[in-house]
Amino acid sequence: MYYAVTIALLVTMALALARALMGPTVYDRVLAVNMFGTKTVLLFSVIAFLSGRPDFLDLALAYALINFIGVLAVLEFFRSRAAKRVAEEGENSPRDGAAER
Amino acid sequence: MMEIVLNVLSWILLSAGGVFVLIGGIGALRMPNLYTRMHAASVTDTMGAALVLLGVMLQAGLTLASIKLGAILLFLLITSPTASYALASAALLAGIKPDAGRAADETRGP
Repeated sequence: MYYAVTIALLVTMALALARALMGPTVYDRVLAVNMFGTKTVLLFSVIAFLSGRPDFLDLALAYALINFIGVLAVLEFFRSRAAKRVAEEGENSPRDGAAER
Repeated sequence: MMEIVLNVLSWILLSAGGVFVLIGGIGALRMPNLYTRMHAASVTDTMGAALVLLGVMLQAGLTLASIKLGAILLFLLITSPTASYALASAALLAGIKPDAGRAADETRGP
């Protein structure tokens, strides 16, 4: 039974990697990487019971923390960059949904 | 008897979690827009994670591993909506319009 969940998680991680590789904007990539990290946590906790080694749960916990902090750091970086660009362009030149690649 | 009931319940939870995770993954790949993709990914982050971790927790029983799984579940339930909110806020500030019809990517027409 663990094998089915493991395969589903691996397929989902492959799909998330595909979205991260072909995502048009940088936010698609961040979303896909965040999803990949969450699936890694789930995969660790399933594999811990698949192989009968509960030590893997510590790795899963640490990975969840690192993933969250990393995503927030990357988002803060891009958000400050976007805010700076908006401030440089001024208020009288409206942006029409053009996001950076 | 109790063992069988717990096993069946945990299998049901694990397979439902696997199905939710797979549906969310397909949605995150196929949806036309950033915000719809975010909606699809949120399904896996909350429902899929909760079902899979609860199923594994039923297999673990009342041990330290179960407490660790509960900590992971609590942490994921707190942090993944926060990350989704930060992502949506950053994308909105960068000028990506939440309009599913017109703002679809050029890779996939609306």
